[in-house]
Amino acid sequence: MKSALPGTIAAAMIIAGKDLRSELRRRTALVSAVVFAALILVIFNFARDPTALRAEQLAPSAFWITCAFAAVTALSRAFAVELEHGALDGLLLAPVPREALFLGKFLGNLTFVFVVESIALPLFVLFFNVSLKGALPGIILVAVLATVGFVAVGTVFSALTARVRFNELMLPVLLLPFMLPPLAGAAQVTAALLNGRPLVESAGWLRLLLVYDITFVTLSVLIFPSLFDE
Amino acid sequence: MTSSDARGAARRALRAGRVLTGLGLLAVAAAYVRAIAFTGIEAVQGPAQKIMYVHVPSAWCAFLAFGLVGICSGLFLWLGDRRLDTFSEASAEVGVVLTGLVLITGPMWGKPIWGTWWQWEPRLTSTLFLFFLFVGYLTLRRTMFDPAERARYSAVVGILGAMLVPFIHLSVYMFRTIHPRPVVLNPEGPTMPGSFVATLLSSLAAFTLLYLGLVTMRYGLGRLRELREARHVPAA
Repeated sequence: MKSALPGTIAAAMIIAGKDLRSELRRRTALVSAVVFAALILVIFNFARDPTALRAEQLAPSAFWITCAFAAVTALSRAFAVELEHGALDGLLLAPVPREALFLGKFLGNLTFVFVVESIALPLFVLFFNVSLKGALPGIILVAVLATVGFVAVGTVFSALTARVRFNELMLPVLLLPFMLPPLAGAAQVTAALLNGRPLVESAGWLRLLLVYDITFVTLSVLIFPSLFDE
Repeated sequence: MTSSDARGAARRALRAGRVLTGLGLLAVAAAYVRAIAFTGIEAVQGPAQKIMYVHVPSAWCAFLAFGLVGICSGLFLWLGDRRLDTFSEASAEVGVVLTGLVLITGPMWGKPIWGTWWQWEPRLTSTLFLFFLFVGYLTLRRTMFDPAERARYSAVVGILGAMLVPFIHLSVYMFRTIHPRPVVLNPEGPTMPGSFVATLLSSLAAFTLLYLGLVTMRYGLGRLRELREARHVPAA
């Protein structure tokens, strides 16, 4: 398997490319995920007491919860679409390692979630009246660190719940606990950055997120093939 | 192993589990008597401190239960022995009950001592998420029919879940903490009087025995159910 590493990565890119291409042609998932994210941001603004809590104080949590929910909706269909017309069987029969299948799906999902996050960010600035001046590079860094880990676990769970009853419910029930460390970290770092604190102060969180990413991406790559061991 | 051998082993596990559970219950009762009648009352916290003799042992056993789910899930994916999966299920069920006990006794103690039922504190939050994770694990098991697939899928969730707990603990630790420091396993040695430690340790032994009894009993039942299903559903 190790000697075939370039082949694995090439196959992963092909799978990710296929997913993103079909996404670009249909656009239904992307449009609905973006609309969904925008709606949550708007609803968050009204789900507060305006005399007690300024919109800015709620901003980091609103943004990250929005991203988390949008990611769950995106992940829930990552493998469900493959069940139509038995596409998953085709993928499984393809002469590529299962790791490549995981990496491909993972990269596809990651790109999708990043696109939704980068569309949600300007909306967030607009609705919550925050200034990103000087904070943008830090926010991008923490967004990447926070997203990679839970999308990896989410990709495994997406494959796992696709063929299970109540899959729309099982995915969030399984995945939301895994979002606690990334969301706590991302919200804290974002809040610190928006308050004008330097990124260095958040080094502890960034380190935790990095270790989380390394752990769960590795574990997911290793564990994913055992889902399909027939 | 023929199926009648396997049934015999499962029945023996069930019987052993019943005996162990009985002994465990007796030991827990004895530990209670000791805690209530023969151990001093803590000067600052008063009688509320006695909840510790239930709270701490159930928490230790709950973490033991879920640690074993993680380990057995990993071993199952490696060795493919279905008994490891049955054991994981048994351990997760007992673990959920023990975690429930921790989550009930914690606030009962927290209200008089902290003045609040709940605090977002690392150990509380880790325990709560442990509870959520393994309720999710057991729910997933209920939604699946195919035993081989169910075993593989839940092993994956079991391993990932066990790995998540330290991360949850660390991330909540970065918030402020007001939970009492560990009173037995801390670097400066126990910070409680010796009689308190003895009561706590005997209660811990009692709960561990109870855990072993329940899990063995549940494992025997699980095996019997599997063997029965295997008899009615011909292998595909």
